[in-house]
Amino acid sequence: MTVRSAQAGVRGERGRSDCWVEVEPRSTGGLDLSVTTKVEAMYGDRVRATCRDVLAALGVENARVVIEDRGALDYALAARLEAAVARAGLGNGRTFLPPAGPGLQAAARRERPRRSRLYLPGNDPKLFLNAHLHGPDGIILDLEDSVAPASKDEARFLVRNALRSVDFGRSERMVRINQGERGLGDVDAVAPHNVHVLLLPKVESAEQVRAVDDRVHRAGASCLLMPIIESALGCFNALAIASASPSVVALTIGLEDYTADIGTERTREGKESLWARQVVVNAARAAGITPIDSVFSDVADTEGLRQSVLEARALGFEGKGCIHPRQVSVVHEAFAPTEAEIDRAVRIVLAFEDAERKGLGVVALGSKMIDPPVVKRALRVVDGAEALGLLPRDWRARNGTGAP
Amino acid sequence: MSSGGMAKDLVANLLGREVPTEVNGRVQVPYQGIGGHRPQGRKAAPPIVSATDFPENGDKRLPSLEAALEACGLRDGMTISTHHHFRDGDLIANRTVDACARLGRRDLLWFPSAAFPCHAPMIGHLRSGVLHHIEGSMNGPLGDYCTDGHMRGMGVLRSHGGRWQAIQDGEVHVDVAVIAAPCADFTGNANGVNGLAACGSLNFSLADSLYADKVIVVTDNLVPFPAIPWQIQGCNVDHVVEVDRVGDPSRIVSGTTEITRSPDRLLIAEQVAKFVRDAGIMREGFSFQAGAGGIALPFAIYLKEMMKKAGVKARFVRGGSTKYLVEILEQGLTDYIIDGQTFDLAGVASMRDNPRHVASSPLTSYNFHSKGFFGTLVDVSVLGATEVDVDFNANVVTHSDGRLLHGIGGWQNCLFAGCTILAVPSVRDRIPVIVDRVTTLTGPGELIDVIVTERGIAINPRRLDLRDAVKASGLPIRDIRDIQREVEQICGGKPTPPRRGERPVAVVKWVDGTLIDTIWQTRSPR
Repeated sequence: MTVRSAQAGVRGERGRSDCWVEVEPRSTGGLDLSVTTKVEAMYGDRVRATCRDVLAALGVENARVVIEDRGALDYALAARLEAAVARAGLGNGRTFLPPAGPGLQAAARRERPRRSRLYLPGNDPKLFLNAHLHGPDGIILDLEDSVAPASKDEARFLVRNALRSVDFGRSERMVRINQGERGLGDVDAVAPHNVHVLLLPKVESAEQVRAVDDRVHRAGASCLLMPIIESALGCFNALAIASASPSVVALTIGLEDYTADIGTERTREGKESLWARQVVVNAARAAGITPIDSVFSDVADTEGLRQSVLEARALGFEGKGCIHPRQVSVVHEAFAPTEAEIDRAVRIVLAFEDAERKGLGVVALGSKMIDPPVVKRALRVVDGAEALGLLPRDWRARNGTGAP
Repeated sequence: MSSGGMAKDLVANLLGREVPTEVNGRVQVPYQGIGGHRPQGRKAAPPIVSATDFPENGDKRLPSLEAALEACGLRDGMTISTHHHFRDGDLIANRTVDACARLGRRDLLWFPSAAFPCHAPMIGHLRSGVLHHIEGSMNGPLGDYCTDGHMRGMGVLRSHGGRWQAIQDGEVHVDVAVIAAPCADFTGNANGVNGLAACGSLNFSLADSLYADKVIVVTDNLVPFPAIPWQIQGCNVDHVVEVDRVGDPSRIVSGTTEITRSPDRLLIAEQVAKFVRDAGIMREGFSFQAGAGGIALPFAIYLKEMMKKAGVKARFVRGGSTKYLVEILEQGLTDYIIDGQTFDLAGVASMRDNPRHVASSPLTSYNFHSKGFFGTLVDVSVLGATEVDVDFNANVVTHSDGRLLHGIGGWQNCLFAGCTILAVPSVRDRIPVIVDRVTTLTGPGELIDVIVTERGIAINPRRLDLRDAVKASGLPIRDIRDIQREVEQICGGKPTPPRRGERPVAVVKWVDGTLIDTIWQTRSPR
């Protein structure tokens, strides 16, 4: 790679919580670092120290480096610097990994609610910090459609650093990688940094899933996988895709691309995609994984979103994609069990616990036998209702059968 | 303090803030605590006039602002006031000072009720010497001009209520008040509800009309006597001037008020509404204050839904009105809107047409020198801040580097509500909002009850009642230092404490006219 001047990051007002970096390689003269930052009064010295650390780790000794910072946190600053250095043909493939934050310890769980997954554009750090405060079950750092082709390389650095530094709270840590070779490169870059779930776009065959799975293992990592069906071919191969690897944990569908693929447009009623959505639900169920619906793209239409979730739930889906944090609570409420469902679940759980106390092998509600999967589902409903505040924590006592 | 020359002119006030003992040649009282300072004597008053000196036919028109200013006897060094009803669409303040310049006047004190970015041309008048200094909010280029230390006199920042107090106790004597009106008659009755530049009420200029030596009404919409409603009354007006335009309607009120799409602001707004509900403040007959800020506006929308669901009706809502407050009124969720300032066309129309949408002035809502004011009757007010410290003191006037950012507006006055909530993000682009010590103390922590951030809610330890009220609510109540620590960890450690400059360039007044803090010439790079 030839050595040349290069830039990275975002310049001006659009670059809130971000920065813009220019690296101009030189043959001699040491490091000429020029930093202007919005946080001069509070963190000016720290910004400069971080820049020097990153440049030293990347082995950049002679260069003019200009930074215009609008409040980027250290991890974003480091990612932009690394991207500019790489684009300038410096660094010799060295990397700078920010120190490990608490999020790196958050354990992946195969069994967990995946009602909402919130997409965040992978090249825009300003939304990363607070995303988990909105309570999504999962946060997706997106490297695919929301990142412009010219920014793919720098988004990769940014997402990797965010995975190391940003606390995503109790949300499942997800990354949507690109298709094909670039996607496998994404895996190399991000998988070692505690990605819980990789989302695979536009999957049409089980081989594509296995290629990613192999790459994850080769990177010495372990990630659950969520393939996204976005084409007619993908639909026909849905069961094979859902069963491609034990790592596959859920199957979802992308309706914008799917409708384009079958030569139509997405409508509000969604008749054109009903078959595809049912295919995804059935393939997922057949493979024993979770079916998850597409996103609802009109951010302003809360009622439309609610209806869309109720419909998804009726079709058998257990989750929905979100493109704005304010969609999360609407999705959770719409997926929440109804009062009648909670009542029934409470009665089943009480009957189950009663049977256990009495050492009975069979659970009965009135004259009706209750099968174990029904009990399991009732327990899930009760837990979920408790978590949502729909059921008081002391509901057992209120039902007169106080737990010991 | 390294500057020995300045040190003898500074004194630490009750909150430990260093403030000048003298400002623009006038001896100052340092902040004495809430209710600690009570000036004695009689209020200021305008000179006695006689109706016989005014035209019997009522026609007080003069052909131009210059002619009117000359007729007022404008001299060098006088104080001239204008008002911010037209916000960033105001054309008259600049034209007034331009006219003063053409008349060759110098060293004037401009006393606006607030300044906006459209008033940046005042910098030219400060440079040329037409203006000596400004007493009023300064931000943008004017704020930088002041914080950089270029102004000859010291800036004085007052709240809307504090501006009345200063006029009433004679601290500021207005020689000439220029009141721009969307509608007026030839004898000076004027209102803000009719005309192209309709803005709601004209009540920020009411004090000036009552106390100034001379009063000029400027309008682009002259109607036959009487201009009704007469928010400003002709019996207080000396001259009337007709101009082509008083303001740019597109920058006065918005056609529609946009709600923020910022997820964090919406989250904070929702948490504020939940707090108001769960603390038991939202009950039949309660009252709340909410403006048109990024968080206050969605707060009102969330609260409205909660009121509907609970079947609760407010007695009054204090605005800053917008179409969203108007909806609350029209859906029968409040008996009254008491409106200090109107932000959109729906608000203007409602004030004009709905007798339950009442214009109020800082005199009734905030006035320190009055026999009580209704600001204390508001159950809850929701306000913003740029910084809050661990003792709940807050800053609304400067950036964390000490540069002027906002005026005080009605902010200080609203702190007297039953429950004052500051709704703020805990971090703004790597700048922690909760700090050890605010850069500029604008409001004392003992009046600030709750801080709502996206990371949790901190309740002032003085308000055990509120803490107990929300104990079982499930709201994320946290120690303020706990939120501070979390944010500092995110931002990269404790921020460098603000280094203040050595020369005071402006002062911040408390509602009673005492000095609560000082703005210093800034040393940090722009």
